[in-house]
Amino acid sequence: MPFIPHTENDTRTMLDTIGADAIEDLFDEIPAGLRARSLNEIPAGRNEMAVSRLVQTRAAQDTQALSFLGAGAYEHHIPAAVWELTTRGEFYTAYTPYQAEASQGTLQLLYEFQTMMAELTAMDVSNASLYDGASALAEAVLMAVRANRKSKSKRILMPATVHPTYRSVVNTIVRHQGIQLELVDYDTQGGHIDPANLPAEPGDIAALVIPQPNFFGTLEDVDTLTDWAQSHGALVIGVVNPTAMALIAPPGEWGNGAGADIVCGEGQPLGAPLSSGGPYFGFMCCAQKHVRQMPGRIIGRTTDLEGKTGYVLTLQAREQHIRRSKATSNICTNQGLLTTAATIYLSLMGPEGLRQTAEHSHANTQKLAKKLCMIDGVEKIFDRPCFHETVLRLPKPANEVLSALDTQDVLGGFDLFQAYPELGNAILICATETKTDDDLEQYATALRNVLA
Amino acid sequence: MHDTHTPLIFEHSRPGRVNNTHTQRNTASVNTIPDTLLRKTPPRLPEVSEMDAVRHYTRLSQKNFSIDTHFYPLGSCTMKHNPRACNTLAMLPGFLGRHPLSPEQHGQGYLSCMWDLQEILKDVTGMTAVSLTPMAGAQGEFAGVAMIRAYHDANNDTTRSEILVPDAAHGTNPATATMCGYATKEIPTDANGDVDVDALKAVVGPQTAGIMLTNPSTLGVFDRRIKEIAEIVHDAGGLLYYDGANLNAILGKVKPGDMGFDVIHMNLHKTFSTPHGGGGPGAGPVGVSERLKPFMPIPVVGKNDDGYYWLTEKDLPQTIGRLSTFMGNAGVLLRAYIYALLLGREGMTRVADYATLNANYLMAKLNQAGFDMALPERRATHEFILTLKRQAKEQGVTAMDFAKRLLDYGFHAPTTYFPLIVPECLLIEPTESESKETLDAFVEAMVAIQKEAESDAETLKGAPYTMPMRRLDDVKAARELDLRYKTDNNQ
Repeated sequence: MPFIPHTENDTRTMLDTIGADAIEDLFDEIPAGLRARSLNEIPAGRNEMAVSRLVQTRAAQDTQALSFLGAGAYEHHIPAAVWELTTRGEFYTAYTPYQAEASQGTLQLLYEFQTMMAELTAMDVSNASLYDGASALAEAVLMAVRANRKSKSKRILMPATVHPTYRSVVNTIVRHQGIQLELVDYDTQGGHIDPANLPAEPGDIAALVIPQPNFFGTLEDVDTLTDWAQSHGALVIGVVNPTAMALIAPPGEWGNGAGADIVCGEGQPLGAPLSSGGPYFGFMCCAQKHVRQMPGRIIGRTTDLEGKTGYVLTLQAREQHIRRSKATSNICTNQGLLTTAATIYLSLMGPEGLRQTAEHSHANTQKLAKKLCMIDGVEKIFDRPCFHETVLRLPKPANEVLSALDTQDVLGGFDLFQAYPELGNAILICATETKTDDDLEQYATALRNVLA
Repeated sequence: MHDTHTPLIFEHSRPGRVNNTHTQRNTASVNTIPDTLLRKTPPRLPEVSEMDAVRHYTRLSQKNFSIDTHFYPLGSCTMKHNPRACNTLAMLPGFLGRHPLSPEQHGQGYLSCMWDLQEILKDVTGMTAVSLTPMAGAQGEFAGVAMIRAYHDANNDTTRSEILVPDAAHGTNPATATMCGYATKEIPTDANGDVDVDALKAVVGPQTAGIMLTNPSTLGVFDRRIKEIAEIVHDAGGLLYYDGANLNAILGKVKPGDMGFDVIHMNLHKTFSTPHGGGGPGAGPVGVSERLKPFMPIPVVGKNDDGYYWLTEKDLPQTIGRLSTFMGNAGVLLRAYIYALLLGREGMTRVADYATLNANYLMAKLNQAGFDMALPERRATHEFILTLKRQAKEQGVTAMDFAKRLLDYGFHAPTTYFPLIVPECLLIEPTESESKETLDAFVEAMVAIQKEAESDAETLKGAPYTMPMRRLDDVKAARELDLRYKTDNNQ
């Protein structure tokens, strides 16, 4: 039987031991009226060959066009060793390391992961992952409200330059706890939050969210924003792209003081394939003083009975299985396997490899924008520096242009009209290190044709 | 297992050891970022060769117990075999390379799989509609309770402030209630392991928003009075939430929809055998009854004459909203779909049959070997609870001592000290994929450990002995927090 090893003889012997006549008898405590009718909607079982055939046909339908889409998920080269190692059964089929002595592999790896994320963000500590970038920001908002003991307001300033879906997810998750999310408008020339437009007397604020780079790919004036927030008693939540951290100032160094308080983001660029949107992983780092308010699993280094170094799940008194209704979050299962991939990815890339990836992606996007802006009616909208995405204005409605590009096998970017109608015919483009000069030229040619 | 220390990857690092196979050389840099925004000192990531990294992580993997290497009867976690076909097929290039925001016409293959999975899950749970987007069980719980809240709000029924939860419930249940702005009220369990219906009647009222239940419960028994419970809660205007952690026990046997539940979540990493990955990712789809359908989290896959498409805010204006940046753990959902195809309808029922057979067999054998069961008069479902209360009193050994010693015998420990209401307990879930020989060997190990408890409890309390580590100091870990390597110290 598929995935069931029992012989008829085994089943017989086992039933005898139990003292039952048939397997059916083992369900005799279920009231008869509740027993399921048939499963008509579920197809009959198939063997691996037939299922492979069916699924391969489906996968082949999903054609790969040349893509310049970013907007929260980024195509990067993933070294072959990453998933070769990650899918080793000992990582793939283990569970949360509850029995530390039999889980030192996962635990040590997660300790290494925490170290790498803390290094990337220049923060004191990291947890062992959350679900994804958007839900990590929701957890960061909840954490900030707990951690900012001086603030009573539960007010969070949320810039309009934060990914629109992140804002939507945060709203879904935090709305039941009396938290107010106040939108901060952006500067239409820079595509950033202009610190000069922030109120001089903002009142009691629990935290300011600072995206770096922001959804437009634009780099925010993080130092001024951090200083402004902290001078008004607000915590700073940084939402960052982890690849960008190899190139631009990390949140631990923002402002004149101690840097950001909490940092989170989407871990996908670190070794996770695009895969239709998941599984990815959310990461979260913070200043040491806030660590007891952090949600999710945290690994600590300790010693065993003989004094040897080892690793365990720690600070579990924050978590749902101990603290129940007073836990820092309800999260239990996280994205362990993706952090495994990220840890191996970062080991293989090293500081130099990650910097080159970041620089190359930045350079490619600059080159692409420059090429496209040579076409009549195409222009960059914002004048601030950006990382590996930027916003272009088109002379025709963005959805029409993108559809036309699609017929030439180019996914030309993300249509901003729905989230930012005030920008008009605007698209967000991204060219990572995976794009060659020929690829950039192919896009330019296609766009020229479409707009001609 | 090797009794060798594995240095951290950072300790293999040597300044200047650049592995540039993975970057493009000789590209002219175009940097338009002003100095003030640039990073001054590079992050201290490891500088190692590819072979260093491969050896290091291969060694680390060998320090894990896993389903692929060991019997892993972790109660409530359903550590069953993870068929390799599910992984291989989910990682086909067409699925793996697809950007989540690429147009629907480029994702018809993927979307059709998700549509089919929604249909399969609807049928197996008896619910009206399914949203696949929650990324783990706890997020499914959040979605479910948020829908209950949205339902009451839509009816202008705003006085409901409490969620009822049995005292044996998973910790995620009360934690979820809090996240949804509800107070939690605990319902005691009666002597037979069922929800105490009289206690329920006493606390249910106009303030009751709903109840969160696992059935079979975390005590490893099927709550026989579920219909009565449903009636009591519904009569008070509350809704019923089903925690699907134990769905493996009743797959194809009972549909939560038929028990009267309004909303359920499923743990696909448990029942549908997507891997546990050392802690995740999971997937926690939610199924709803007709009255909660308008509130489902988005996106949901729809189908019309042109093919498959995403239902969004426009189609479900009363939705509780989005829970993830894109559409949840897409690749995990694919693995579950492939597993469901391999099982088929008869395979689903067979899962429940043999998971239940294995649990009852193991319980009977352990009972015959002299161990005490928490609920000896009851049928086991897919799991059962053994209590070592007597051994704790007579020999001074604990459930933790047994758990650690089992590792030396080559078995991952069952879940320990959960549910909280049974003293010195082991929650044991063998799953359908284990053979009789494995279960017999586990019983032999338990018997051997019992003998050790009787003859030399002190040695037992020092276990494990054969792992890479002896017993680890949790208290020290929490007191002297060391959560990251300080690279400075060694360079």
